[in-house]
Amino acid sequence: MTLLQGVFVVTALAAVISAVMVVASPRLVHAALWLVVTLGAVAVLFILLDAGFLAMVQVVIYIGAIAILIIFTVMLTRRVMADSGPQANRAWWLAVFIGIVMFAALLALLAQMPTWWQATPPPLAASADFMIEDLGKSLVDLDRYVVPFEVASVLLLAALIGSIVLARPPAETTGKTGPE
Amino acid sequence: MIPLSWYLILAAALFCIGLYGVLGRRNAVAILMGIELMLNAVNINLVAFWRYLTPALIAGQAFAIIVFAVAASEAAVGLALIISIYRQRSTVIAEEIDLMKW
Repeated sequence: MTLLQGVFVVTALAAVISAVMVVASPRLVHAALWLVVTLGAVAVLFILLDAGFLAMVQVVIYIGAIAILIIFTVMLTRRVMADSGPQANRAWWLAVFIGIVMFAALLALLAQMPTWWQATPPPLAASADFMIEDLGKSLVDLDRYVVPFEVASVLLLAALIGSIVLARPPAETTGKTGPE
Repeated sequence: MIPLSWYLILAAALFCIGLYGVLGRRNAVAILMGIELMLNAVNINLVAFWRYLTPALIAGQAFAIIVFAVAASEAAVGLALIISIYRQRSTVIAEEIDLMKW
């Protein structure tokens, strides 16, 4: 086992264990903090995959924005759950069953692709700087991914307006939080 | 070197753990956390396939960025919805939010 494989195994174990803690932890604040650990482990995996820019974006957006947003929401809504009582619903055993079946099905699908099992990464043709430049150009290139990029920007604008409308205090609209 | 299958198995495990979080938890915020786990698993797959199978095309990274944008919007709107529901009904438990249940 080489050094890279060792790093991968440690990172993967950290990701899986903290992910289990996210869905199993009875206290939501702890679950959110475990989520930060999982997201950090995924950022390390991106570095192992030579995607340094994505690792940075992962840290900035997921850990810096989404995880903090989740922690804020947990704190704003924490009285009701009172950090006690059952955290899993009545059909949790069904959820476990579906998860295991899904995992087995995915592994069976992977086993259909024997060439993937031992695939090793081909050497990168370009330097890291060129790849980031190419990534940026591909997002605004008419022949490549400008349409998904524009759709994503419209989606972000819709999310921006939507969350402002939703989170506005329902003072003047008598309890309804819709556009007037 | 690390075989591609290791990444795929890890992503499958993360996805299934997230699936359990979505299906099995009562708290709406915990459900959103499960969705984030699933989106992360998909991102690992996208970047791993890009690196191992088509490193010359940048498609895997480009679509991982799109997934980031979707995840950010989903978290913003979802959490705003949860706070709005909490304000009106004083609950964030998914089973008790039955406004649209017929």
